[in-house]
Amino acid sequence: MPHGTFGYGREMSEYIDLSKLGAIITKGTFLKPRAGNPAPRVCETASGMMNAIGLENPGIEHFAEEDLPWLKQFNTPIILNVGASTLEEYVEVCRFANKLDIDAVELNLSCPNVHAGCMAFGTTYEGVKEATSAVRKVLDKPLIVKLTPNVTDITLPAKGAEDAGADAVSAINTLLAMKIDVKKRRPILANNTGGLSGPAIKPIGVRMVYQIAQKIKIPVMGLGGIVTGEDAIEYMLAGAKCVSIGCGNFIDPETSVNVVGQIEEYMKENKVEDINELVGAVEMN
Amino acid sequence: MSFSRSVEIVAKEQLKNDIFKFAILSEEMAKVALPGQFLEIRVKDDIEPFLRRPISIHKIDKVKNELEFIFQVKGKGTEILAQKQVGDKISILGPLGKGDFRFENYKNIAIIGGGIGVFPLYELARQASKNANVTTYLGFRSKDFVVLEDDFKKVSNKVVLTTDDGSYGENGFAINFLKEDCNNQKPDCIYACGPLPMLKAVRDFAMENGISAQVSLEERMGCGIGICLGCAVKDKKAEGYKHVCKDGPVFDINDVEF
Repeated sequence: MPHGTFGYGREMSEYIDLSKLGAIITKGTFLKPRAGNPAPRVCETASGMMNAIGLENPGIEHFAEEDLPWLKQFNTPIILNVGASTLEEYVEVCRFANKLDIDAVELNLSCPNVHAGCMAFGTTYEGVKEATSAVRKVLDKPLIVKLTPNVTDITLPAKGAEDAGADAVSAINTLLAMKIDVKKRRPILANNTGGLSGPAIKPIGVRMVYQIAQKIKIPVMGLGGIVTGEDAIEYMLAGAKCVSIGCGNFIDPETSVNVVGQIEEYMKENKVEDINELVGAVEMN
Repeated sequence: MSFSRSVEIVAKEQLKNDIFKFAILSEEMAKVALPGQFLEIRVKDDIEPFLRRPISIHKIDKVKNELEFIFQVKGKGTEILAQKQVGDKISILGPLGKGDFRFENYKNIAIIGGGIGVFPLYELARQASKNANVTTYLGFRSKDFVVLEDDFKKVSNKVVLTTDDGSYGENGFAINFLKEDCNNQKPDCIYACGPLPMLKAVRDFAMENGISAQVSLEERMGCGIGICLGCAVKDKKAEGYKHVCKDGPVFDINDVEF
């Protein structure tokens, strides 16, 4: 469940059993509450959608007091997605997170919809290495770095994360995009640009996961447009050790549970006994 | 309480060229649905069109366990939906929205709807009219767009129907007729759904005259259940935003900026 598509779990629990999921990644959480961007914040695109939410979140204290205790009832690993506007803030949030009963931190170095922080760190080898190193010093928990696809060569920031001691990377976040209302001659989103997600970006995600997996040794979490078991298998064949479901949750709250079932079906049909056999098993032409 | 279900279409009626009324069978949903709530409908089990369509509930029938919704064909999604037939199943999330119309404490209410905004007001009128005096104002662009006149007449003490061009009913905007009546007798509350300029006019008038008012708002939605935080509307009482899908779609005019 990538950040921003699952809230803190409460709403989804009305439709699915959260204990059936491999892990829950929370929405991007900052040191202090953030209001986010004005509306319209979302719009539909061909086989996908765009968003410019602007990382609206209630802040880490609220998460620690209200959301985490509630989430703990499910026995499902909790990965806290951490956002920040400055390097100091990343460190501060992670220092706080270190004391919490969570299973891992995912560093959001890739949100395209806020003006400072996030993607500003995520586009270069040096930027990712610097942010990851700073956080690594204060965080004892497993650290995942979420990468932006808005770069020329995604293996560089991926390598930066690995070199700085990240335990894994996740890819991809949304692609910076724009949709224009031709009658009004204005962008539809109030933020003008937004992040494109959904099945439309899946081939890009698969390609990037493949490239990353060729270059680094730490595990890659694959995401971007997964709505079926086959989508998930594609990512795994490309080199993803695990996958997560983003806006697939919006079209059907049961998507994640269905994908798990479809992966199991695929394994049965193709006589795959251990899912790890699939990881990186693609054979190039 | 809401549900994610595949439900059967049990009735279909074409109200106008591009306006359709569907009834779906779901005991669970009908039991808990409230006036002002909406449904998120997946028009096709596919990735195109990608998102569900939020459509308001028009009528709740707790005896037949049916919900009715009315929609205008406006794009790809509603075009596909309009082709569904009685007996077909559709995937629905609902009923959604924690902000429904609140009317229990009022004896005298005014309901105003513009265009396709009249659909969700029907169930409110139906339920409220059991204990309150209901005056309904319906505004349409022209004669060709008039719908539900007889339905509203059955659940209102008085219906004022207007068209912008005077081709049917009274000539002019519905809000002006509401204002005129209010000068004679103030309602306890005004309920509005329709184009934004109409909602703003209702808000301004209600505030100037110290009348309570509730409006049903629209905003582009991603999920409909409060996880994507797409449908933001400025909070009037605190810094930040409320969300149309989760906190609305019906809001007290004092709670949000629009």
